[in-house]
Amino acid sequence: MPWTKKDLLGLEYLTAEEIELILETAESFKEVSTREIKKVPALRGKTAVNLFYEPSTRTRVSFEVAAKRLSADVINIATETSSVRKGETLIDTGKNIQALKADIIIMRHNCSGAANMLARALDISVINAGDGWHEHPTQALLDIFTLKEKLGKIKGLNVTIVGDIAHSRVARSNIWGLTKLGAQVTLCAPEMLLPVEIEKTGAKISSNIDEALKNADAINVLRMQFERDEGAAFPEQLDYYKKFGITEERLKKAKKDIVVMHPGPINRGIEMSSEVADGKNSVILEQVTNGIAVRMAVLFLVAQAKEAGQ
Amino acid sequence: MKEKVKILDKEAISRSIMRISHEIIEKNKGIADLCLIGIRNRGVYIARRLAECIKHIEGEEVASGALDITLYRDDLALASGQPLVRKTEIDFDINDKNLVLVDDVLYTGRTIRAALDALIDFGRPKSIQLAVLVDRGHRELPIRADFVGKNIPTSKKEIVEVRLEESDGSDEVLITEKE
Repeated sequence: MPWTKKDLLGLEYLTAEEIELILETAESFKEVSTREIKKVPALRGKTAVNLFYEPSTRTRVSFEVAAKRLSADVINIATETSSVRKGETLIDTGKNIQALKADIIIMRHNCSGAANMLARALDISVINAGDGWHEHPTQALLDIFTLKEKLGKIKGLNVTIVGDIAHSRVARSNIWGLTKLGAQVTLCAPEMLLPVEIEKTGAKISSNIDEALKNADAINVLRMQFERDEGAAFPEQLDYYKKFGITEERLKKAKKDIVVMHPGPINRGIEMSSEVADGKNSVILEQVTNGIAVRMAVLFLVAQAKEAGQ
Repeated sequence: MKEKVKILDKEAISRSIMRISHEIIEKNKGIADLCLIGIRNRGVYIARRLAECIKHIEGEEVASGALDITLYRDDLALASGQPLVRKTEIDFDINDKNLVLVDDVLYTGRTIRAALDALIDFGRPKSIQLAVLVDRGHRELPIRADFVGKNIPTSKKEIVEVRLEESDGSDEVLITEKE
């Protein structure tokens, strides 16, 4: 089945087959990063633009590394020092980038739906690198890729996502992706950090972490985004750690081979203890490595679809 | 689709592989520093058979790997249907080795050009030789095979179809004319 979409906006919009195709393509790309010369000429002559309206290091660098390993040229636009500060609209910025004959825009934006809007306005490819509380598809894809690599399959797995579900695009993308591939997702969070009607996605809800860990094959620990805290909704950090923090003690009661994931950056001593973050169940750094392969696959597929569609 | 004509059957394919194995050993004066690399998909199976055959003759293992050339194709930017990217598996050092690149059909030579570019990214082999089961002519690049199972003169309107046990359930080479 060929890939036909010029954009990657979210896992909500993909079929299980399309998600599988990305994962399979990523598997082939993983080998490229193990070579002495870590570069293939697949996207030679293509230009990718990193357009980030929110601070990000790991996602931006990961996309940049991925694009460069495919021989694409990469341009980084930091919006704080660009015409965005002079009041240029998102669509105008996008159209200007398109007029520069760039081929792919990789965008992070603080508004949910920003990537969808930009993709509709432009002919060139748009990859969503996180939009508001909506989706962060490549993060979920690399989580799922890592999980599949560790446990051999996704179908039938019990995956617990713990933390600030309400404000998390990583959680939403993971719920879509995992559910489509046949895993059972359990969400565990303080009540005020659970979005309304989230159970409609098919996910189970739990407010007790020990309960949610019991049958889990994997746990994805979300970052508590205290920088988004505007005073009201967030629990005390220490209190959160006591009730929801992943510690060695808690893991002892879980499955022995439980896979522990975290999208980074970790708040040690808030979401999880240092022992867990660096422990034998943790795959946090493997996630970072796999992120490159997954993003290479996405860049390659959208660029190919763009060519085929012309 | 017009009727298919069988050019090689199971026995003929196996005899070709046997002969090419002997030729590879002869040309390289043994199998020291020899490695085989098959081009995905069917070249990989032919490379494995050659490795098996050479081991049978010389009594020693020959390393054999798999190369996917999709990312090095010169028509990647053209609208030509989307190729699936598959894995490259070369888990040995190719520096200073005598490499034999293996494919099923040699046609325009563009696949081999891509494979040579890919291999150079992996290291600096002492030499690269080329073995193919079928050479059907119509080269578009200055490339030739060192070892050939069978030369089959074809017209560009014809399709050469190599079928192998490992991927297609039977061993045969068929030729048909495009509609």
